[in-house]
Amino acid sequence: MDLAVLWFMIIALLWTGYLVLEGFDFGVGMLMQVIGKDAKGRRVALNTIGPVWDGNEVWLLTAGGATFAAFPEWYATLFSGFYLPLFLILLALIVRSVAIEYKSKINDLAWRTRWEWAIIISSFIPSILWGVAFANIVRGVPINEDFTYTGGFFNLLNPFALLGGVVTLALFATHGAIFLALKTDGDIRGRAEKWAVTLAPISVVVAAVWAIWLQLAYSDVLWTWAAVAVAAVGLIGAWFFSVKGRFGRAFGANVVAVIGAIVLIFGSLYPDVMPSSTDPAFSLTVANASSSEYTLTVMSWVALVLTPLVLLYQSWTYWVFRRRISTEDMPEHNELTFSKK
Amino acid sequence: MEFEALELARWQFGITTVYHFILVPLTIGLSILVAIMQTAWVRTGKEKWLRLTKFYGKLLLINFALGIATGIVQEFQFGMNWAEYSRFVGDIFGAPLAMEALAAFFIESTFLGLWIFGWDKLSKKVHLATIWAFALAANLSAYFIIAANSWMQHPVGAVFNPETGRAEMTDIGAVLSNSTTLVAFPHVIATAFLVAGTFVCGVAVFWMVKKAKANKADGDLPMYRTAVRMGAVTMLIASVAVIVTGDVQAKLMFEQQPIKMAAAEGLCETETNAPFSLLTIGDLTNSCESVKHIIAIPGLTSYLAAGDVNAEVRGLNELQVYYTERYGEADYMPNLAVTYWSFRFMIGLGLFSIVVGALALWFTRGGRNTDKTWFQKAAVWTIPAPYLAGAFGWIFTEMGRQPFVVAPNPTGSDEIFLLTLFGVSESVSTGMVATSLVVFTLVYAVLGVFWYRLIVRYAAEGAPDIQEPVEEDETRRPMSFAY
Ligand code: HDD
Ligand code: HEM
Ligand code: HEM
Repeated sequence: MDLAVLWFMIIALLWTGYLVLEGFDFGVGMLMQVIGKDAKGRRVALNTIGPVWDGNEVWLLTAGGATFAAFPEWYATLFSGFYLPLFLILLALIVRSVAIEYKSKINDLAWRTRWEWAIIISSFIPSILWGVAFANIVRGVPINEDFTYTGGFFNLLNPFALLGGVVTLALFATHGAIFLALKTDGDIRGRAEKWAVTLAPISVVVAAVWAIWLQLAYSDVLWTWAAVAVAAVGLIGAWFFSVKGRFGRAFGANVVAVIGAIVLIFGSLYPDVMPSSTDPAFSLTVANASSSEYTLTVMSWVALVLTPLVLLYQSWTYWVFRRRISTEDMPEHNELTFSKK
Repeated sequence: MEFEALELARWQFGITTVYHFILVPLTIGLSILVAIMQTAWVRTGKEKWLRLTKFYGKLLLINFALGIATGIVQEFQFGMNWAEYSRFVGDIFGAPLAMEALAAFFIESTFLGLWIFGWDKLSKKVHLATIWAFALAANLSAYFIIAANSWMQHPVGAVFNPETGRAEMTDIGAVLSNSTTLVAFPHVIATAFLVAGTFVCGVAVFWMVKKAKANKADGDLPMYRTAVRMGAVTMLIASVAVIVTGDVQAKLMFEQQPIKMAAAEGLCETETNAPFSLLTIGDLTNSCESVKHIIAIPGLTSYLAAGDVNAEVRGLNELQVYYTERYGEADYMPNLAVTYWSFRFMIGLGLFSIVVGALALWFTRGGRNTDKTWFQKAAVWTIPAPYLAGAFGWIFTEMGRQPFVVAPNPTGSDEIFLLTLFGVSESVSTGMVATSLVVFTLVYAVLGVFWYRLIVRYAAEGAPDIQEPVEEDETRRPMSFAY
């Protein structure tokens, strides 16, 4: 197989990993207030993602690094073109990682509350913007013959893209609620289950509208209908199993939905990686945006050796922290306060 | 892209990277030191090691959080502000970056999570293995990123493809074993250990003196003394390593980027027996006419360059002519004042810690400890010195490379180089760069204040007492190290 095509698929895979994993921890962040309710509950919610959120985020860094290595032109056009949304995403990710780590370091109500709000807001922002970004990639943006993005910020705010933002928002929130239903016990579990049941149908509706729109307007091939179908089965499955109270299966179904969505997006793109709305001749394609054959060969070996290892030890982490947690597991606060004793 | 956007993009890169590198060296060095402390605890069962592990471990976590937060920006900044650069180098530069994420960041983040939350879930040995995995991965990540950076200093293993206008990789082995990487990596790692050693020593001296003043027989004294010595030994070894690797690096740079080293010396004319100046003044015109040497050591620069006091060292004027002939018309003079002073601050500030490290060992010899207030102050005030030295080191390396972003390799392909001017993104406006520059800087400043206050607060609390878990039932034990 053509290595550039292989790398197009690897990048799709990395994004799948990212959306599945960080998707739920954005969801947990967004729902921390409503599902956690009180201070202890919010701590429980946060601790469900505590050991894993950073590892989840590395999927994004890897997707970014892999794009740089395998498709330098794509990396350059995408991130300079989508400057402001990316800037906002980065800002949110910075604040979020510091907030998660620093929140519990000082035992002071105001300190904790402020960082909690920082986590909630900084979980919402990327949840919306990733959808906006992906929708714009599939839709095509103004790109000139030098592969330079010529649009402005407002080009990115079209109805299709905004709906894409709503889709990822709903999807991540559902995913987070299902994850909490799986990982917690007690009152929180009850609230998480209720939220999962409420959010799942919303995901189904917005995602269905968006996926069909995408398929009709921006996909040139028929086989991507299959991806639409897979995503639909996944989402409906997540809803069905949530109602049944089978959250393990609901979570799995949501993963299927994410896979369907990524296959739909990348399948519709192919052979482009970033279509130009100015003139199809200016589109970045798998062939013209990729690195040399040599670099792709080297990177293929690296990915082949390292990816299974990553999957292995990340799965092990989930296994180590498999037990449900509840407010009883939270120790009393014995952290420091800023003013000494 | 307009001129201002170029300047702003450079400022942004400089600010975000220097900031990132304030956090990086402590993570790299301290992670290993904490792993050693925990190993000592697992081996000996002595409580003091457990307390030190938890004490410095907390400080490490506070530092790490901001380290990763600022690292994320770095990963995407090349594409955002430096799109044309990314197109030119992506074929080569992207590879170590992607390897860093796959080989190092995944291990770092996953195993740190296991370490933080695994205290009561993993067996002692497995838990110990998690911190080692984390610490080694942190050091490994430095290798890949330095390899990427070294390629910009000294491009190897690549050819220029005139069809695409891009540099293309031909030999990954050459890229990863670049001579520049092989000396820059140990230099940077030594820097990291100097930072971490100074940090561990400074904090422990603070406590040792405080406890000794209150009560000569305080039970915590031996513990802090151990930490003081551990920090001091690290400092001394690291200082030697920094000097040795720095010297090798300087010799290499005289070959690879002669104009950078000439600028660092304010050396205008080609000289044999070239002096190393300790004080030189000039004006802001950045021209050779204004350079005046006040104090200088004869022959030292020749010695630094080639290991021989009589060696000939090429001056700026000759190099300007040489570069123009080879790479075309441009002003090849780096900023003289910045390169000159950052080089001296790097060396001076770094060497400053050796004295404190040596004193700390002296005061704690043969089971002794000290209650000298002046020494307490000195040890604490020395903590920032190696940090600053590292920052100046990077400012020297990066600004000395100007006007190139990818400097040409004198013995390699003459087509592989890129002026910084042509590296910036074309689609990004001054307003956009200005906005992100201002906002990132402000957010970094605010987060920096929290980071600083937390570090100081936790350091001022001292090593925690160890409470044995109350619950017998292991599965119901509250999470002791959780958020
Ligand atoms: C000498 C070492 C060194 C240098 C020069 C850099 N970094 Fe760094 N970086 C690290 C050493 C490091 C580390 C030790 O691995 C960090 C620092 C603190 C930390 O928490 O991990 C890290 C974190 C870190 C992260 C977050 C990883 C995570 O989420 O776990 C990213 C994405 C980057 N870095 C990327 C970069 C880029 C693109 C750089 C180039 C401009 C860069 N770093 C310079
Ligand atoms: C963490 C350590 C680093 C520090 C402190 C640092 C510092 C700096 C500084 C101060 C500048 C601005 C120079 C100027 O204004 O002319 C700069 C520029 C730059 N550096 Fe670094 N750098 C570091 C590591 C790296 C690494 C590892 C890379 C690549 C992997 C890199 C790539 C660049 C690029 C692309 C620029 C922009 C072009 C320029 O203006 O020079 N830097 N860096
Ligand atoms: C006798 C002492 C030293 C010498 C001769 C020396 C030499 C050098 C040279 C020549 C460079 C530039 C390399 C380049 O342009 O790529 C450099 C960079 C650097 N130095 Fe030093 N150095 C010394 C001490 C120190 C100390 C004490 C520190 C910090 C504690 C330090 C930290 C750095 C850093 C972080 C860099 C940038 C990274 C790199 O390119 O390796 N140096 N040093």
